[in-house]
Amino acid sequence: MPEEQSIDIEKVADLARIALTNDEKSKLSSQLDSILEYINKLNELDTDDVEPMAHPNSVFNVWREDKTETELPIEEALKNAPQQRQNMIVVPKVVE
Amino acid sequence: MGDELHFKSAGELSDLLSSGSVSSVEIVQAFIDRVGAVDDRVKAFNSYDAEDALAQAQASDERRAKGETLGELDGIPVGLKDNLAVKGQPLTCSSKILESFISPYDGTCIQKLKANGAVLWGRLNMDEFAMGSSTENSGTHTTSNPWDLERIPGGSSGGSAAAVAACEATISLGSDTGGSIRQPASHCGVVGLKPTYGRVSRFGLAAFASSLDQIGPIARNIDDAALLLNAISGYDPHDSTSFDIAVPDFRKAAADGGDRKWTIGLPKEYFEESSDPAAIKPVLDAIEFYKSQGFEFKDISLPRTEYAVATYYIIATAEASSNLARYDGIRYTSRAEDFDGKDSIDVYHQSRALGFGEEVKRRVILGTYVLSSGYYDAYYLKAQKCRTLIRSDFENAFESVDAIMTPTSPTPATLKGAHAEDPLAMYLSDIYTISANLAGIPALSLPCGYVDGLPVGLQILGKPFKEDEILRAGRIFEATHAFKDDHPEL
Repeated sequence: MPEEQSIDIEKVADLARIALTNDEKSKLSSQLDSILEYINKLNELDTDDVEPMAHPNSVFNVWREDKTETELPIEEALKNAPQQRQNMIVVPKVVE
Repeated sequence: MGDELHFKSAGELSDLLSSGSVSSVEIVQAFIDRVGAVDDRVKAFNSYDAEDALAQAQASDERRAKGETLGELDGIPVGLKDNLAVKGQPLTCSSKILESFISPYDGTCIQKLKANGAVLWGRLNMDEFAMGSSTENSGTHTTSNPWDLERIPGGSSGGSAAAVAACEATISLGSDTGGSIRQPASHCGVVGLKPTYGRVSRFGLAAFASSLDQIGPIARNIDDAALLLNAISGYDPHDSTSFDIAVPDFRKAAADGGDRKWTIGLPKEYFEESSDPAAIKPVLDAIEFYKSQGFEFKDISLPRTEYAVATYYIIATAEASSNLARYDGIRYTSRAEDFDGKDSIDVYHQSRALGFGEEVKRRVILGTYVLSSGYYDAYYLKAQKCRTLIRSDFENAFESVDAIMTPTSPTPATLKGAHAEDPLAMYLSDIYTISANLAGIPALSLPCGYVDGLPVGLQILGKPFKEDEILRAGRIFEATHAFKDDHPEL
């Protein structure tokens, strides 16, 4: 963990796809800096030979038979999309 | 208090239905009336559909008349945290971004409740996407603690706990990622149980932090919590992290009065180092009671406790940033109208800016940061290793004790607004509850008394899949203490 850091709020907000106002940026970066300072406490723990834990129980891939099952009809699945046409979600252009 | 139906436990209501002395329609009407009488002050509900609830009750009464009753919950209303999917019903997570979302399917818990005949009763308020400990982060409103309306009910399942405490629901479902069932149960003077990770399917629970989330019951007493846990437990092919292990009859196990020698661990990190003795006096009194019942107590150490909050806030925010990526303004409900018209990416930015509240933004950004290139090993991987150490503390402790007792929360319910400008202080208030989620073990909060008129909870932590044991240990206290019959004046 870096000894002293200040979060690059512009970059991280962009990665997180959240537009922030200038007020939000300055408030969040000072709050996040103090949270990160607290989190750096973990550096006190020696974890060199420790296995990381992703889940409380050992979880393995679970397979099922590759056969068709009744799932959501397309109309149902799309009902919550804000704009749709002909069973597709309408979005602004994606590529130039 | 009186004999009105809304004061009765689910077990009592179930008996009344069985004996034919009351109908489900009468019960549901009693709760509708109660909500009408008190919810303008408690504000536990985001929404409820009285007509729909009465129709479900009518169907239950008709089944009963034909001798086709489905289960012990048939005709009993169950309140639902607003992050559980019920087909055709709203699911808002108390977030603007889901304000008009309608679930297209039933989650597994809901399918099980329907198969049991339960009446699905309302949508209960929560911190937005379950991120918080007070309901103050709700995008709709803040719920009040029924014992003192100026105070928080706890959170994130604050609506679920307040509704049960205020007798607006007899039992309810919450979800617990870092204490979100137990801490509000403690603050509201009711029973709350976080099951072992994998005991209950998460299919149909809007995901916050997938390796920590569990659905669980909030109830007036241990028997009701066991009754509801019976209904929702079990392996589910739709959740590959649910665990294929036998489900005991928790209700029967909790009521078992047989002799047993208990050894209980008292972790010094929870008592000596961070507790204000006055704030947890009822917990200390409860331990004295257990000693008088022949329980043996042993001082233990969970040495990595002080690292739990930091570990939790890395893992939970990382998982949340990934889980909440799906709310992009494209697939679900709210899309910002006022994007610059540039491209889809701008729709994401603007829709998430409008749809997410402050705490959700803070956590998604923190989670994005700890997962970002150059920081992943330093934060996320480090936290996963610390999580292993925290779990091994519990494994070591459980070699010599059957269960562990602690306070559920360092203090009773605080005044609204106490942590408004200091998110870290709010995070630190979860110190006693989050380790159970990191370790994946079951944990119960049980009302054990009052400090200055505010309820205090005793937390009992158990070995994995030993919910039956902690329920039984809790029942021993409950059997000789009347806190379960106390109701706040409203």
